[in-house]
Amino acid sequence: MSAIAGQKSRLTWAVNISVVLLVVAWLVPTVGLLVSSFRTTDQISQSGWWDAAFPVEKAFRDRVSADGETQSNGLYVLSGDLLTNGQNAADLKPGTKIKAFGTSGIKPGAYKAGTSADLGDGGTLTINSDGTYTASSPTSFDGSGPRVYFEAELPPAFTLANYREVLFSDGMGQAFLNTLTVTIPATIIPILVAAFAAYALAWMQFPGRGLLIAAVVGLLVVPLQLALVPLLRLHLEIGIGQSFLGIWLAHTGFGLPLAIYLLRNYMVGLPRDIIESAKVDGATDFQIFMKIVLPLSFPALASFAIFQFLWVWNDLLVAKVFLPANDGSKVMTVKIADDLLGSRGGDWGILAAAAFVSIAVPLLVFFSMQRYLVRGLLAGSVKGG
Amino acid sequence: MADLKLRDIAKSYGEVNVLKDIDLDIKAGELIVFVGPSGCGKSTLLRMIAGLEKITGGDLEIDGVRVNDVPPANRGIAMVFQSYALYPHMTVRDNMAFALKIAKQSKDEINAAVEKAAKMLQLTEYLDRLPKALSGGQRQRVAIGRAIVRDPKVFLFDEPLSNLDAALRVATRIEIAQLKESMPDRTMIYVTHDQVEAMTLASRIVVLANKGIAQVGTPLDLYERPENEFVAQFIGSPAMNLIPGEITATGALSEVTLENGVKAHSSVPTRDEDLGRKVNIGVRPEDFKPAGAADSCFTGKVAITEKLGEVTLLYFEPQGGREAVIAKLPGVHNGLRGTSVTLSADPDKIHLFADGRSLLYR
Repeated sequence: MSAIAGQKSRLTWAVNISVVLLVVAWLVPTVGLLVSSFRTTDQISQSGWWDAAFPVEKAFRDRVSADGETQSNGLYVLSGDLLTNGQNAADLKPGTKIKAFGTSGIKPGAYKAGTSADLGDGGTLTINSDGTYTASSPTSFDGSGPRVYFEAELPPAFTLANYREVLFSDGMGQAFLNTLTVTIPATIIPILVAAFAAYALAWMQFPGRGLLIAAVVGLLVVPLQLALVPLLRLHLEIGIGQSFLGIWLAHTGFGLPLAIYLLRNYMVGLPRDIIESAKVDGATDFQIFMKIVLPLSFPALASFAIFQFLWVWNDLLVAKVFLPANDGSKVMTVKIADDLLGSRGGDWGILAAAAFVSIAVPLLVFFSMQRYLVRGLLAGSVKGG
Repeated sequence: MADLKLRDIAKSYGEVNVLKDIDLDIKAGELIVFVGPSGCGKSTLLRMIAGLEKITGGDLEIDGVRVNDVPPANRGIAMVFQSYALYPHMTVRDNMAFALKIAKQSKDEINAAVEKAAKMLQLTEYLDRLPKALSGGQRQRVAIGRAIVRDPKVFLFDEPLSNLDAALRVATRIEIAQLKESMPDRTMIYVTHDQVEAMTLASRIVVLANKGIAQVGTPLDLYERPENEFVAQFIGSPAMNLIPGEITATGALSEVTLENGVKAHSSVPTRDEDLGRKVNIGVRPEDFKPAGAADSCFTGKVAITEKLGEVTLLYFEPQGGREAVIAKLPGVHNGLRGTSVTLSADPDKIHLFADGRSLLYR
């Protein structure tokens, strides 16, 4: 086997290219989501996440304040700062640059910053790029400053506000805890059950074993949607109802065929000699399972744990069906789908932050478990191993 | 310490018979070697003794107790597997202690047993290593150590040396021989396809062929007095030559006239009624010696020679559609290729087989 596995394929370049493409295909949206989650709604609607590091241009409308009119050289003068005193001061962060301005809504960018615009009747308006302005007129402004339009370049801005809102003020924290409450038992229970079943199906002799294996394989292809309603009715009848216990059992049931199939296939590949040797050494089936097969099956257990964890974590359908609809028991996927996509569909910053919170844990799980996926655990046990 | 009795042991997988009518008495302290060609069922027989294969017919007794339905662990046996079968996630110490821990022995007892076995096999400094950090020979020693710690009545070895390279195989073979010597009261059963291992280790060899036992005997018994053509050709290398002929004189010294008219003499006694019987004479390649025409028993043209230094092998051109006759002459012989060579053999080195059975046994 090592001869085949160790051989360098002539198609290595094809493999490498595919891997790079896959990595790019997965990384780009993930990074995009991450970047977006730190941006404000305004910025997200103005430019794509790839422009996040660059300033955003946005048009504003304002009216020069008529307060503080002064007179000099026979002209009435208004001066001030659009960035700090204007109507849009809240949106205009320090560092904003004004690029152009105009005096009518038809041509909002007619004059470059720093030049003078003609207000008619001998009046002029000058707006500098730092937002300071001077308006002068031979007649008094009379409490009504000229209307101005300007295009400002907003500096890139990143904010944790989205996360703050998602985690603390929006009930998402509760949803996060709920998701954990669902996911962890729904990962552990099927592994516990499946490991025993897989050992029996792989290494114990009993009548009907082949049929059982065939049944498990058959269950793999049954869509779970088929079972949703009957299962829920069963839960309601026996008194489990819509509850965490119910969803644990549902996920366990839906995950078991794959778990048994995966683990059995792995266990049946363990060297027969090792298991027979343990039998000669006097170990019972239970001892062989606990002391030999389980430790050696760790890579398979870890793979399935990752599968099941991700699937349960991302599941929306089963959670919708088997959990009650009240706010206190919503999991994150339901929360995102119902609350964020429904009532705040335009609030992309919040959505991105919520999405990122929900994928952070699966990423963490994957990276911490992936070292168990490496091969070579059997090295040294049998010849060539 | 423990006798084994095999009575009419049979093994079949459904309709397919693999072994039948195996009758064998193994005395305590013997080292019995099962040999035979691939697929003759020698490993199956060993696994039946171990309890890993179900016995489908007959009785197996260890120490006078029928153990057909006793699980492997309670038969008082320990087995060394061909593939070592070490537990890869345990250190050498844990590997060796596994059976004792299962048996719930005390820590001190376990430690003492492990240390003793490790010392015997020179494994003391490797006790805390994982199997993957050991060489092939060391792994095999751990496997043997695992058997020793259990202090079994019967040791079972399933081709333990076949995964080792040639040099290591010789060294480990000698270690096993020494091990046997240090435990003279332990019964050992050893399966191999390598006849050198069989000849050197065995107190008795069991040759398995054709679903049954072809012959049981000491190594030299099998070599000098094979019961049948199969054993004659299986033991010894190159295999014994068989040349057809007809008995033309009977008595204490039999005369066989071969196909080419040559008269060969054998010290295998024959009876009057054997006169005219079609037989094969069997001559081992190493029993041939160059001779004049007078007392020859074989003449042929040399097709190939192989010079091995200590001996020279002559392969003669095949005659009458039979396998080529081979002769092994001591020393180096040059210039024989393509020439005609006449060979003879002593009468007590010439075996007689009628219908595949030796005329010595009847």
